[in-house]
Amino acid sequence: MFDIDKWQEIFHTIDKNRLRSFITAFNVAWGIFILIILMGFGRGFQNGVHHQFDDDAANSLFINTGTTTLPHRGIQPGKQINFDNEDYNMIREKVEGVEYLTGRYYVSGEFTVRYQDNYSSFSIRSVHPDHLHLEKSIMIEGRYINDKDLMEKRKVAILGTKVVKVLFGNKHPIGEYITINGIKYKVVGIYDDLGQEDETKIIYIPISTAQLAYGGGNRIHRLMLTMGDATLEQSLEIQDKVHAMLAAKHVFSVEDKRAVRIFNIWEEYIRWMGIFDGIRLVLAAVGIFTLIAGVVGVSNIMLIVVKERTREIGVRKAIGATPHSVIGLFLMEALLITIVSGYIGMICGMMFIESGLLSNLMLSFGFPMDFFIDLSVNFTNAVVATFILVFAGTLAGYFPARKASRIKPVEALKDE
Amino acid sequence: MEPSSMINLKQIQKSYPVGNQSLHVLKGIDMEVGKGELVSIMGSSGSGKSTLLNIIGILDGYDSGDYHLAGTLIKNLSEKRAAHYRNKFLGFVFQSFNLLNFKNAMENVALPLYYQKVSRKKRNSIALEYLDRVGLKEWAEHLPSELSGGQKQRIAIARALISDPKVILADEPTGALDSSTSKEVMEIFKEVNKLGKTVIIVTHEHDIAEGTDRIIMLKDGIILDRNFQLAS
Repeated sequence: MFDIDKWQEIFHTIDKNRLRSFITAFNVAWGIFILIILMGFGRGFQNGVHHQFDDDAANSLFINTGTTTLPHRGIQPGKQINFDNEDYNMIREKVEGVEYLTGRYYVSGEFTVRYQDNYSSFSIRSVHPDHLHLEKSIMIEGRYINDKDLMEKRKVAILGTKVVKVLFGNKHPIGEYITINGIKYKVVGIYDDLGQEDETKIIYIPISTAQLAYGGGNRIHRLMLTMGDATLEQSLEIQDKVHAMLAAKHVFSVEDKRAVRIFNIWEEYIRWMGIFDGIRLVLAAVGIFTLIAGVVGVSNIMLIVVKERTREIGVRKAIGATPHSVIGLFLMEALLITIVSGYIGMICGMMFIESGLLSNLMLSFGFPMDFFIDLSVNFTNAVVATFILVFAGTLAGYFPARKASRIKPVEALKDE
Repeated sequence: MEPSSMINLKQIQKSYPVGNQSLHVLKGIDMEVGKGELVSIMGSSGSGKSTLLNIIGILDGYDSGDYHLAGTLIKNLSEKRAAHYRNKFLGFVFQSFNLLNFKNAMENVALPLYYQKVSRKKRNSIALEYLDRVGLKEWAEHLPSELSGGQKQRIAIARALISDPKVILADEPTGALDSSTSKEVMEIFKEVNKLGKTVIIVTHEHDIAEGTDRIIMLKDGIILDRNFQLAS
């Protein structure tokens, strides 16, 4: 197989026909380049969509209060619905399939939070212990809010990493006391969050403590729950059940979807996944057509090359070239050009993506980059795509070459 | 068949399809060329002389009859065997030279040895010897486009000689050359013949034919005369 003389002959031919070789090579390199870009684009979009949901538990319901829009039992529309601890207890006790449940009581506005001489304003969220799982907060030190905190209405606080950085600098915050609008809280835990940076600028305190300290009585502003590994149907059933239960308790029509607004993230997630699958299909189709275009391009050039060199084939055969050697000459040339240029196209494509040039370009074209994160290419996939084009391109070169090798010398030598 | 016979044709027939019709080009050729002969084939255009030469050169097949080259029957050969015989036994010289324009003179001459798997270095040095023989050693590095018609034909002859074939076949070798270069080329063929090679030249030029040992005259696909005498 490795015959130096044969390769010298091929290099020689390529070198003497630079324009033609370059056009073939460019065709292949460009095809691979575009394909790699498409793959990076698809992967980035996949990462982006996942990221949108990674931040919070995917299979969850967010339940917000609203005002009634339908008359019910003689009550005119426009009644404000408010949640309280009873709603929390009711869902906890009576709805099956609920994995984690938490309420949120919003202490309105940003609060000045102080530690010794440092102070800044942060958002305060008062929540139940299960909130940890809903927000997918990652405890990096200490503990989260627990049932005992809730029962005893303890003044404890869990700080985001950003809060720690601002208030404590390099000091160790666990066990220290911070002051939130004049009330002292003991720091018992530090968390991190994969979502946006703002998610770590929040201080969590027990909901019972907040209700007591900030005059909330037993109010809850928002309820949030997860449903384990429920399917979409099961999650919609739970959603309906919760809605019906709240309708009965707060006396509004079950048809009234705006008295209590339930946001099903699971449904949203699946909808997004559907869109994502669709886009991926389009990308795959574009990729396949790019490949086909590349193969057609290479075979087209091979056809022209063989036609252009028919006389040369005639001469070579007249002085003793076997059909095998004629095919070999064309095939090796095609193979060499496609492999080298395919490799160059692949490397360029990968560099274009990995260097961030593609992201920058997309950004400058106004793509919503929240949905394109960490654009990258799987090396194996890139190699496979390159291999397919090289293989198909060479195969495309094989048939005209074989045909040419079978022409009788006298035919090949005929004057045009 | 006599042992001294190099080319032996018996009842060779050949026709070409032209549209739906068939054009009968060779209508039963019986011909013999001995070892070391210098023969010319003459005939008006369309007489079948080039077709005959192509068959002898195994560049084309024939429909019926038998063709023996140096005692070997040349019939229904695989392309591979045909390639082998063309390479080993035959050297072809064309009217339009048929040099590869992207190779220099030396590489063109050396090409037949590439198909004999002679190393590049060795075949290039042999090619230089043959270029020297046709007086073109200094032009070894030149591309065909930089050479005159006569020079190109001498390179083509060197290429035909390099594999040391038994037979040299030339199809109108001087057709594209002026009369003085034609003479030089003819002198080379004579020298080659003196070295013992069988040479067959297809031509319609009397000057060329006169320089050969024997003239075979073809007309309408049959041999008119096996030893034609030109009127002087």
